[in-house]
Amino acid sequence: MTAVSGFFHGIANRFRALPKWVRVVLLVLLALLVYLLPILNPPLITTTGSDFGAVLFLCALYSLVALGLNVVIGYAGLLDLGYIGFFAVGAFTVGVLGSSHAKLPLLLCIPLAMVATLVSGILLGAPTLRVRGDYLAIVTLGFGEIIRLALVNTDWLSGPRGISNIPTPPSFHLFDVPHVTWQGFTAYLDLENTTDFLTFSVTDSIPYYWLALTCVIIVLFLDKLMQNSRVGRAWEATREDEDAAELMGVPTFRFKLLAFATGAAIGGLSGSLFATKQQFINPDNFTIIYSVLFVAMVVVGGQGNRWGVIVAAVLLTWAPERFRFLADARFLLFGVLLIVLSVFRPQGLLPPRRTLRAKEADQEAPDTIDAEGVARA
Amino acid sequence: MDLLIHHFWELTITGLAIGAVYALVALGYTLVYGVLRLINFAHSEVFMYGSFAAVWVLMALGAGKATGMGLVGYLVVGFIAAMATSGVVALIVEFVAYRPLRKRNSPPLIALISAIGASFTFSELMGLRDKPLKWFGLEGLQPYLGRARENLPLTLHVDTKRVFPVFNYQVTNIDLIVLGSAIVMMVILDQFVRRSRLGRGIRAVAQDAEAAALMGVNRDRVIRLTFLIGGVMAGAAAMMYLLKIGVTRYNAGFILGIKAFTAAVLGGIGNLRGALVGGFVLGVAENYGGALFGNQWKDVVAFVLLIIILLFRPTGLLGESLGKARA
Repeated sequence: MTAVSGFFHGIANRFRALPKWVRVVLLVLLALLVYLLPILNPPLITTTGSDFGAVLFLCALYSLVALGLNVVIGYAGLLDLGYIGFFAVGAFTVGVLGSSHAKLPLLLCIPLAMVATLVSGILLGAPTLRVRGDYLAIVTLGFGEIIRLALVNTDWLSGPRGISNIPTPPSFHLFDVPHVTWQGFTAYLDLENTTDFLTFSVTDSIPYYWLALTCVIIVLFLDKLMQNSRVGRAWEATREDEDAAELMGVPTFRFKLLAFATGAAIGGLSGSLFATKQQFINPDNFTIIYSVLFVAMVVVGGQGNRWGVIVAAVLLTWAPERFRFLADARFLLFGVLLIVLSVFRPQGLLPPRRTLRAKEADQEAPDTIDAEGVARA
Repeated sequence: MDLLIHHFWELTITGLAIGAVYALVALGYTLVYGVLRLINFAHSEVFMYGSFAAVWVLMALGAGKATGMGLVGYLVVGFIAAMATSGVVALIVEFVAYRPLRKRNSPPLIALISAIGASFTFSELMGLRDKPLKWFGLEGLQPYLGRARENLPLTLHVDTKRVFPVFNYQVTNIDLIVLGSAIVMMVILDQFVRRSRLGRGIRAVAQDAEAAALMGVNRDRVIRLTFLIGGVMAGAAAMMYLLKIGVTRYNAGFILGIKAFTAAVLGGIGNLRGALVGGFVLGVAENYGGALFGNQWKDVVAFVLLIIILLFRPTGLLGESLGKARA
């Protein structure tokens, strides 16, 4: 099992040793490849039972969600079981402002949705972040349910009927991108089946995938900056030992609130992307089970490692779609997968390097103490 | 407001009855949390399996309309079936999802994921119960299974009778059965944990697992015992739930589990009497809230109440710790 993470960390180390321009070129190539995935339709990976572009969109969307929740759980160490609440606030802000009560353009709705979720994050966090540990989990769980029930029961928010006709991002037609089809392992260019660059419509999910992926890349970048800053160190200190951090002069409450609000805003962003892709939302899209799924993504990926949570988010989204032929048994297998993963990789798929180092240090430390103890005896 | 005043006693009694179900399920959460510091997410599934066991056993006995001694007999059988099944399922959950992790000293959050996985697995197994029948050609059992994703009704039918009045509300026999059996279970458990040798072991491990191990308490056995007791209580709750609601389904445990966990936190998680108080308070408050703001806001009232109480008493109504509070 350590072989897997050893392999990845080996790659990571070798990658770091490369000169900067090579790294940039490699990353750009990787990004290009990921952007082109729905066009390439690679065999084995592509989903046969459902639209590959739509599945990829969900993968990118949930990666975004996982990145946001990773700030809360992975960096600040706050167990949030109500993340779907923020997602819902984001989606419904877009719905209300863009369709049911005003007709604002989407590009204005999204920042407003992020502000709304940020505010809701602060409103929820300010009173509850003083509560520690597992109590926070149930309070956030309650919050997620309150949001959903409020959506169901408020007529102003359209109740259980939901909101339709949510605006799409502005489209402009530049050129057509032909898809690649495969027969066996031979690739053909299919000129009949094209994706319009860049028209957002119900018929083609791929432009939405590109949009979501762009958001993921931007958030990844900001995430890296934030984690390496004073803020990131303060989060780490708070997570590892709140009392010690407080004594060292870290205003832990304020930083926890910041993590909560940041996570909420990213959740809002993903919620609004979801709304514009679906063009129709109703409260059933935001049940508790999603919160649970999001937490699973972060923990399975390795809390605190942004690449790890992305890998887990993609894996946990893609696998049920790829293996759709298992039909009913998918969720059963999903549950089994969660148990197996936690038994065999308790630190997550890709634990952050700090965790690895801390573990090594831990393993060394008791030995020295034992040796001294024996020596004294 | 009128509704609340006119039906105050009815709301109180029915609230207490549903609160008793919450309280019994909450005991399972609280016990496991007290000993392992772990939210046993799969506990809701333990409850659900108990409810199915009761339905099936009563169906096999051909229980229909029942009164008098017949009713008592059916109830006893139903309770025993549900409690035994739930106890066994709880032990299986512990064996499959928690023990391997404990051996590896994994971080606490991963145990939560494993628990979530177990919850999915068990609930889906029940949701797919019709599949194996087709493979083995046992279609004859179909009536027992019902439709895998639909409600399965309890065949035992108890006529609702008004037994005695409390102010302006006539307490029904079902309320009486539910409340009575819940209180019996609670007293037995309370005394068991307070007085018996095994109960002392549970409290010792909850207080300080390492010291308890040094004093010769077998930690693994205590953990198994807590899961077993939690399961048995959930089974009893399942039978009561069936009497009140009348149907069960493969995901019946989910919302109830969340409510019960809320009740456990409300009373102070890790504290047995806290779970009982939390369950009753939650059941009653929900009913009052439903009468005040309309039934659809019931759950919102429950969660808002939880948040408010945690703000003023961050460790719940009675405070945490299974070890210190002598029960």
